Amino acid sequence: MNAAISHSTLDTTGLSTPRVLTVENLTVSFDGFKAVDDLSLSINERELRVIIGPNGAGKTTLLDMICGKTKPTSGSIRFRQRELSTMPEFEIVRLGVGRKFQNPSIYEDLTVSENLEISIPQVHGVWASILFKRTAAVKARIEAAAEQIMLADHLSAKAGLLSHGQKQWLEIGMLLMQEPELLLLDEPVAGMSPREREQTAELLRTIALGKTLVVIDHDMEFVKAIASKVSVLHQGKLLSEGTIDEVQNDARVIEVYLGH
Amino acid sequence: MKNFRLTPETSAHLALAVLLIAVLPLTLDSFWLANMGKYLAFAFVAVGVVLMWGYCGILSLGQGIFFGIGGYAMAMFLKLEASAPELPDFMVWSSVEVLPLWWEPAKSFTATIAAILILPVLIAFPFSYAIFKKRVSGVYFAIVTISLALTMTVLIVGQQGDTGGANGITDFRTLLGLNVISEASRTTIYFVEVALLLIITTLAAVLLHTRFGKILIAVRDREDRVRFSGYNTAMIKAFVFTVAAVLSSIGGALFTLQVGLVSPTLIGSVASVEMVIYAAMGGRLSVTGAVMGALIVGLMKSYLSEQFPQTWLFFLGAMFIIVVAFMPNGLAGAVQSVFRSRSSGKERA
Repeated sequence: MNAAISHSTLDTTGLSTPRVLTVENLTVSFDGFKAVDDLSLSINERELRVIIGPNGAGKTTLLDMICGKTKPTSGSIRFRQRELSTMPEFEIVRLGVGRKFQNPSIYEDLTVSENLEISIPQVHGVWASILFKRTAAVKARIEAAAEQIMLADHLSAKAGLLSHGQKQWLEIGMLLMQEPELLLLDEPVAGMSPREREQTAELLRTIALGKTLVVIDHDMEFVKAIASKVSVLHQGKLLSEGTIDEVQNDARVIEVYLGH
Repeated sequence: MKNFRLTPETSAHLALAVLLIAVLPLTLDSFWLANMGKYLAFAFVAVGVVLMWGYCGILSLGQGIFFGIGGYAMAMFLKLEASAPELPDFMVWSSVEVLPLWWEPAKSFTATIAAILILPVLIAFPFSYAIFKKRVSGVYFAIVTISLALTMTVLIVGQQGDTGGANGITDFRTLLGLNVISEASRTTIYFVEVALLLIITTLAAVLLHTRFGKILIAVRDREDRVRFSGYNTAMIKAFVFTVAAVLSSIGGALFTLQVGLVSPTLIGSVASVEMVIYAAMGGRLSVTGAVMGALIVGLMKSYLSEQFPQTWLFFLGAMFIIVVAFMPNGLAGAVQSVFRSRSSGKERA
């Protein structure tokens, strides 16, 4: 946290605005189909940005490229002045970019506590993880994260036995353990009950206080509950950007969502 | 070990130790004990397969390569000692007149031990890291490894004069002056082997309880996700593959010592597949199960091949199919589920 704050003050005293992420002219094509087409956008320090758009707009592909899962055909992605587009996934993670996938992506055969434990950063090497000690501090940290994601009572349960919504929370918890500065969340409330959605929105708002978040979602209620700024993608391009009201009143957005 | 409890796992380790240290030596004659020693050589391989395949999901059908490295390194040393100052007999028969350069290290016992322990690392690590970095895995990796095992036997058979060819290397006498063929010394070798094996099974069990052990499971189930937890999964997989390779090599060296022979058929593709069967049979998620698997399959192999010299391989194949289809976690898994249902029955009663 301290590092993040000092970083942002550094940036503001500099020439540029405190941007965490800058995407420029990003293009990826799969067999000639451009899933993301010459896209540019930037995300500021401690912003909570929501990306919406119809199916096939390139939202997930964009996140895939930021976190290194998909390599762009051209263009650049910079995270705090570091170019990500050529880095392997694990190095991007170590720089402080965390990703939550659309389907809950957790280790079902491990317990909730173990899932959180192996997400603790700075212990990624083979020897470091063999010699890793489960100290009181580590346990406290795992318990604190479990508390935050409402799974404190399930620490020793196998993750595979959790409900769908709880799995989503566990994955968010795993991301928190990683202490990323930038979180990329792909439909974090998919498959959740209305009550769970509310709780998740609350959780994300708490997280967003210290970090930068990029969230993809379809659910407009949820988007309204969390977003400060919304980007609308359509056919791999940026269609509109602004507050939720601005975007909802944008004629081009209405056209895409309601037109044809 | 602050709060020591007798978990089912610890009990299994203790039971195994009692069986190997006391029960078998007290009940078996020295011929059968030596046979057990032979099967136990494969237990080293099987423990490696449990770590690599059971926990990390890497199926290698080429463990014979490393078994062969250890086996041949030990055989070369024993052979030179048995034939000194002359050249080994098979070289003479193939009119090889000077000792090939790559045999030189086999003159030194230290160099031989180093070769058994370090050569597998030098081969397994760079090879597997390069492959895992390219994200070759699953059945493709299995095919690569089985092909390499096959290649290695072809190479050995082809170089008759340097390697003993298809007959392998045999006819040893002493190890550092100690007789290795008498019954008494084979019993000693058995105990050395058991001591090493118990150390290794304990270390393996400890390893699986560390954070690294949990990461292995995570890599097996969701390797892509592990990358997004910040791990270089290629490094993790190459490490566990290398550990398994070293264990195979130790097993190979002990096999040569115990049986007094090494040959290409013991390390080829068929033998390599058998090594995976030991672990599958015993239970690919159980270190002690793997040791039992090596003993049981070894015994059945001996028995079946005597009773049904023509068709015994079919029995072995059938056994493998039955285990994989009906007991995915092998004998250890079956035993565990029996214990579990009994203890839950007690709770209900």
